Amino acid sequence: MKTAAALLVLLFGGLLVYASLEFPAWGDPMAPASRHVSPHYIERSLAETSVPNIVTAVLADYRGYDTMFETIVIFTAGVACLFLLRIFGRRSSESRLYRHLPTGITLRISRGGAVPLSSKEFERIDLQWVPYSVVVRTTCRLIVPFSQLFALYVIAHGHHSPGGGFQGGVILGASIILFAIANNLRASLAWFSEKLAVLLCGLGVSIYVATGALSFLLGGNFLDYGTLSKPFAMGAVAARSLGILMVEIGVGITVMAVMVHLYYGLASAGRHDEGL
Amino acid sequence: MIWQIEFVVLVIVLICGVAAVTVRDLLGAAVLFGAYSFMMCLLWAIMGAVDVAFTEASVGAGVSTVLFVAAVFRTSRRTKD
Repeated sequence: MKTAAALLVLLFGGLLVYASLEFPAWGDPMAPASRHVSPHYIERSLAETSVPNIVTAVLADYRGYDTMFETIVIFTAGVACLFLLRIFGRRSSESRLYRHLPTGITLRISRGGAVPLSSKEFERIDLQWVPYSVVVRTTCRLIVPFSQLFALYVIAHGHHSPGGGFQGGVILGASIILFAIANNLRASLAWFSEKLAVLLCGLGVSIYVATGALSFLLGGNFLDYGTLSKPFAMGAVAARSLGILMVEIGVGITVMAVMVHLYYGLASAGRHDEGL
Repeated sequence: MIWQIEFVVLVIVLICGVAAVTVRDLLGAAVLFGAYSFMMCLLWAIMGAVDVAFTEASVGAGVSTVLFVAAVFRTSRRTKD
């Protein structure tokens, strides 16, 4: 069975390589893909949208409808993972560890035991507890704000340089995940709660759709940002650039929230109680 | 374009890809997958697709490796097959 599978894989892999030999050469200007609409994008996108990065102009403006559904795919995947991973309602069945801060003694509270929650002298620690190194913790604390600033730069500067909502949102989410790794999951949940993450998932998609609907209400086509020139008092070309920025912010918010929520669910096995 | 560098990167991509599906240790597979993504990111950058390279570096090599490692820590490190 295994050899048959290997033979089949080799056969179809060989067919794939053989078929790809018939492809036009890499970067061929006479290839069918570069003769249809590509010349229009390359020659006219700067004049039509005032966005120097053609990739951003194509993704968010010319093909804005596709990108909207890409964002909805990410939102749907995030919601699906929420329902797959999350364990609602059931209390943690394992025992819990508390550290008495003045003495440094660790207490194990077995299931159903009384919890010294009211006391300020006890600190909850994870069962899979790793003694946090001061170096790691301090370094992560220093890195987190700079990576968040860089993420915002990537989202806002996607018009002029590589980047945009997807990449910026992932970096923004990664900075929050870094915070959760450097401290612990409860500290991260206190700062960026699950409710906030779920709300932001929906908010990002809503911003994207609302931008499209706004240009629809102002008399243009759906996602035709040129009509945004009326309420924002600017030229039609500048309004396209603005519309792209609004859409990218929506994408970034959704991607960031989905990434953080995925990490919360995976790191705590769905309980949002104790992380890694 | 220096074709020797491209060739070396492509060979590392192949090695990482095959190793990631054959290795028994799932944590090792996650790390190999991250290395595969990073080499793919270099290939995208060499071919001039900088936006795709950026996405591959942030999503493939960055966050997905973290998610895989978190999943491995919460399940088991050995494969069943």
